[in-house]
Amino acid sequence: MKAAPFEYIRPKSVAEASVALGRRGATTAAIAGGQSLIPMLSLRVALIDLLVDISRLDDLKAVTATPDSTWIGSLTTHSQIEDGKTPDVFGGLMRRVAGQISYRAVRNHGTIGGSIALADPAADWPCCLIALDATVRVVGRSGVTVPRIADFIHDSYATTLTTGDIIMGFDIPAPKVPLRWGFAKVARKSGAFAHSIAIVTALGKDGPATVVLGAAGPRPRQMVATATQLAVAGATEEQLRAAIATDLDANFEGLDAYQKRMHTANILRAARDMRAQ
Amino acid sequence: MTAITVALNGVKVVDDVEPRQSLADFLRDRCGLTATHLGCEHGACGACTVVVDGLATRSCLTLAAMADGRAVSTLEGLRDDPLMTLLRRHFHESHALQCGFCTPGMLITARDILQRHTRPDDKTVRHELSGQICRCTGYANIVKAIVAAGQDLPQASAAPPDA
Ligand SMILES: Cc1cc2nc3c(=O)[nH]c(=O)nc-3n(C[C@H](O)[C@H](O)[C@H](O)COP(=O)(O)OP(=O)(O)OC[C@H]3O[C@@H](n4cnc5c(N)ncnc54)[C@H](O)[C@@H]3O)c2cc1C
Ligand code: FES
Ligand code: FES
Repeated sequence: MKAAPFEYIRPKSVAEASVALGRRGATTAAIAGGQSLIPMLSLRVALIDLLVDISRLDDLKAVTATPDSTWIGSLTTHSQIEDGKTPDVFGGLMRRVAGQISYRAVRNHGTIGGSIALADPAADWPCCLIALDATVRVVGRSGVTVPRIADFIHDSYATTLTTGDIIMGFDIPAPKVPLRWGFAKVARKSGAFAHSIAIVTALGKDGPATVVLGAAGPRPRQMVATATQLAVAGATEEQLRAAIATDLDANFEGLDAYQKRMHTANILRAARDMRAQ
Repeated sequence: MTAITVALNGVKVVDDVEPRQSLADFLRDRCGLTATHLGCEHGACGACTVVVDGLATRSCLTLAAMADGRAVSTLEGLRDDPLMTLLRRHFHESHALQCGFCTPGMLITARDILQRHTRPDDKTVRHELSGQICRCTGYANIVKAIVAAGQDLPQASAAPPDA
């Protein structure tokens, strides 16, 4: 459980970091909180020549809110969000999601940017930021790109990031009317990676709904039929179950009967929480 | 090698470390501070928890190089900390340890819990302790000790979070 040797630098700016990450002939990695990368280095599932410490770059720490959107810098930690140190115009959804990730000592250092960059299929922020229709701002050698999270994460641990790219932060559109939401997770132990993550949101009392399911396949998916059904006033649980079954078949491969029941139950729990608001 | 300066338990330590060295190995092997225990070395057990700039931190998931310029407290440095003194008494009275392997991480986490929650109840303590693994006690007495220490704490006198 000891990492193989590597070189370590702590650049003073994003531009410098980006150049270092692009060093020719070297395998490089940025480190933010290190809460995923350090275990990967220790287990030697990640082998690098150069570690670029971006954890002190102030440009990645900004947090701002305008009437239209919230900007969350990539170095914002799970704890900062959990403690309400960032604006949450999403009715407390982000605080709730943050507080359920791993354990406090990990949340104190783990960052939202690291979580999205890693794109673990069972991670929480990808589900949440897809549900909130956020975009990610990436700065790299070829300029700036601002994809939606749903397009940015294209597979298990796979994103559109290329060598030298750095995530600056996330732009999350502000809901025009109060957001109702439900969040439910199935995990063997509190703080462990989940086997199912369901996030359900709706705009106001009868606005459009969004349903995102994570940990069910390589990446979180929007459950479109379920969301449509949920927006129908008085939709019954039977109707919702049918819609969930359609969505599971359309979005995920190889789920067994148990997994289907688990994901269905989990989505229904989130939907009930939301409908109670 | 990378040069680091760390305020370790209130004392300035200047050293050269290998970039791959974890803060835990630095504390134990370089500084001889062996209260910090290593169970899993991947963030799951909590035995290695220390305080970095006031924040509970897995020392197995932090590089010594990343602690440069930070203030690090280990259990050794919290000997006279009022909150730790209170917790130590309650761990003793409630019989909250058997082999003691998990105890340093439990105590540091317990202190962090009491700094963030006034008089936490059983449920809160159990949730907050979910990242601390104990193979001996079955947790009941650890939870009891932390809840009792919280009850003993005058509402306004919780120690400052950055001690
Ligand atoms: C015991 C344990 C349990 C956990 N449980 C959960 C859980 O239940 N749910 C969950 O969601 N997460 C969980 N995590 C992961 C945790 O949330 C991590 O904090 C997160 O995945 C990574 O964030 P980090 O800042 O530590 O990233 P790092 O470990 O520093 O980096 C991770 C990856 O992202 C890259 N990266 C980091 N920042 C940037 C950036 N700004 N731009 C470009 N690339 C970047 C790095 O190069 C690296 O490849 C757990 C971790 C542990 C140790
Ligand atoms: S040794 Fe660090 S969490 Fe187990
Ligand atoms: S007392 Fe033995 S591991 Fe906790």
